[in-house]
Amino acid sequence: MKVPFTYIARNLVARRLTTALTAGGMALVVYVFATVLMLAAGLRATLVATGQPDNVVVIRRGSQTEVQSGISRDQARVIDSLPDIAVAGDGTRLISKESVVLINLPKRSTGAPGNVTVRGVTAAGLELRPQVKLVAGRMFRPGTSEIVVGRAIAKGFRGAELDDTLRFGSREWTVVGEFDAGRTGFDSEIWGDATQMLQAFRRNGYSSVVFRLADPDRFDAVKTALESDPRLTVEAKRERQFYADQSQALANFIRVLGTGISIIFSIGAVIGAAITMYASVASRTAEIGTLRALGFPRGAILVAFLAEALLLGFAGGVAGLVAASFMQAVTISTTNFQTFAEIAFSFALTPSIVAASLAFALAMGLIGGFLPAARAARMKIVDALRAA
Amino acid sequence: MTPLIVIEGLSKEYLRGGQVIPVLVDLSLEVAEGEYIALMGPSGSGKSTLLNLIAGIDKPSSGTIRIGGIDITALSDAELTLWRSINVGFVFQFYNLMPVLSAFGNVELPLQLTSLSRAERRERVDAALALVGLTDRAAHLPNELSGGQQQRVAIARALITDPELIVADEPTGDLDRVTAQEILGLLGRLNAELGKTIVMVTHDPKAAETAHRLVHLEKGELAA
Repeated sequence: MKVPFTYIARNLVARRLTTALTAGGMALVVYVFATVLMLAAGLRATLVATGQPDNVVVIRRGSQTEVQSGISRDQARVIDSLPDIAVAGDGTRLISKESVVLINLPKRSTGAPGNVTVRGVTAAGLELRPQVKLVAGRMFRPGTSEIVVGRAIAKGFRGAELDDTLRFGSREWTVVGEFDAGRTGFDSEIWGDATQMLQAFRRNGYSSVVFRLADPDRFDAVKTALESDPRLTVEAKRERQFYADQSQALANFIRVLGTGISIIFSIGAVIGAAITMYASVASRTAEIGTLRALGFPRGAILVAFLAEALLLGFAGGVAGLVAASFMQAVTISTTNFQTFAEIAFSFALTPSIVAASLAFALAMGLIGGFLPAARAARMKIVDALRAA
Repeated sequence: MTPLIVIEGLSKEYLRGGQVIPVLVDLSLEVAEGEYIALMGPSGSGKSTLLNLIAGIDKPSSGTIRIGGIDITALSDAELTLWRSINVGFVFQFYNLMPVLSAFGNVELPLQLTSLSRAERRERVDAALALVGLTDRAAHLPNELSGGQQQRVAIARALITDPELIVADEPTGDLDRVTAQEILGLLGRLNAELGKTIVMVTHDPKAAETAHRLVHLEKGELAA
C-alpha cells in the first residue's frame, strides 16, 4: 500500500462520531446476521450432541422421526436377535425398545400449550445415553407410573417439577427425578417405563429401537442386514446422523430467513457506508489533489479509500460479533417442525460464523466504499487542488 | 547555461458554457537549470495554468513542454504521475499538508513512493526537517504549527525526493510579511545552495524581487 496506513486509520479516528455511527449501523446488521447463524448452529449442535456415535436408531422405513414411526413387537424381537448388539458388563444387551408420544403441557412463561416428547425407555435406554445424568430425585422404577423430566422441561413447563403430578395417557404420573442431558435434545423430554407408556397410550408397537454396536465399524453391515430382512420394513441410521437430520429443516429455515433479512438490512448499512465515504472524499478533495500531485497514482488513491471503507466495515463487524457473543448465554425453546416437539437450545458462536460475519461486514464496507473511492481516484488534480 | 525547461507554442483553452476561453496563447519560454523565476500577472492572466502545466498536473491544448529533455506533454497519465514523483517538488499557498499526519509523516509522504527502507526514510526526513529548522517540531500535527512552520514543512516535503524542479504557487500568499521573508529566504537558499530550479507564481512584488528573473503574463501571453 503506497498511501501510509496511519493516514487511512487516523482519518477514521479524526471523524470519530461519523465513523462510530456508520460502524454502529453495520454492527447491528452483523449482529442480526451472526445471531441467526448462531441460532441455526446451536440447534444443530444440540441435536447432533443428542446422538451417541456408536448407537443405531431403527425406525419404520420412510418415517423421518420417531413420532411418525412404528415398529411392531415381532419386528422388535427380530432386531433384538441381531448378533452385533453390544453387551454390558453385567451381561445385559444394550438395546432399548422405545415408545415416543407427543403430549401438551402449558408453558411456564405464557401458559400456552407446547408439544413435549414423552419417551418410554427400558433399563438399557439409560445406559445407551451416558450423557443423561440425574441431578435431582431418583430414577423411575420399572412397572410404575413414575417419570423423570429433562431440565429444560422442568424449567420451561408448569407442573413438571420434582414431586409434581402430570396427567396424560389417562393416568397420573409422578415426577420422581430430574435429569440433565448436557444440552442435548433429551433435555426437552420426559422419560418413563416403556411398558407402562405402551399401556397408557394403548399402543401395540414401539416407535423405535435403539442399540449400541459391539463393533462401531460394522454399521454398514448391520444396516444392510436390517434393511434387506424380508420380515422388517425398517431403516437404520447412526443415532448422531438421525438427530442431525432432524435439525436440517428448522436450521435451514432459520438460516435462509435470517440471511435474507440480514441482506435487506445490509442495503441500508451499505448506503450508510457510501454516504460516509462520499463525505470523507468530499471533505478531503484538496488532500486527494495534493497526493496525486506528489505522485501517488490513481490506483493508490482507490486502494486508500477502499482500505478506509474496509476498516470501517471491520470495526462494525467486530462490534457486531462482540454483541452477538453475549447471546451465547441465552437459551431459547421452540418447536422443531420436523418432530413437532419443543426443543431448548442455545446460540452457538462457531469459528465459521465469526469468519462469515467478518466477511459479510467487510463486503458491506467494500460495496459501500467502492463508488466514493472510484470518484476520489478519478478526480482531476487541478480541480481537486482548487478546493483548498 | 543549458535550459532545464523548454516551452514551445504552448496553448491552453477551456470550454465554459459552450464557449472556448483561451488561457494561454502560443507561449514559448525557456528556464535555465538552476534558475529562479517569478511568474507575475493579473488574475486570469494564465500564470497558475502555466505553472500547473510545467508541474505536469494539467495537460495543454497544444504545444510542447520539455523538461530535462523529456516532452512531458507526450507522457501518459501514469507516466506523468511517476515523472512528477521523481522530478517535481510542490509548494502551495495553503501548504496542503495532511492534517492527520505529523510534520514528520507529511515530509515522509513522497518517500512512500520509493523503495527506501524505513531507516533510510527516517534519515532523509530528519535531514530535511533540520534544513528547514523544524527538528523539534517533527512530532507535531499541522494544526499545532504556525502558518510559517507549516509552509516550512511543505518545503521540506518538496525537497525530500531531491527533485530538480520546485514549483511554488503563491508560497507567501497566506503569510504575514516577516514570515513571508523567512520563507522566501528559504527558497532562495534552496536555489543558491542546492541548485534547485524554482518556478514561483506570485502577486507580491517583494516576493518577486528575490527571483533572478520576472516573467510577466498578460491575457495568456508573455508581456515585455
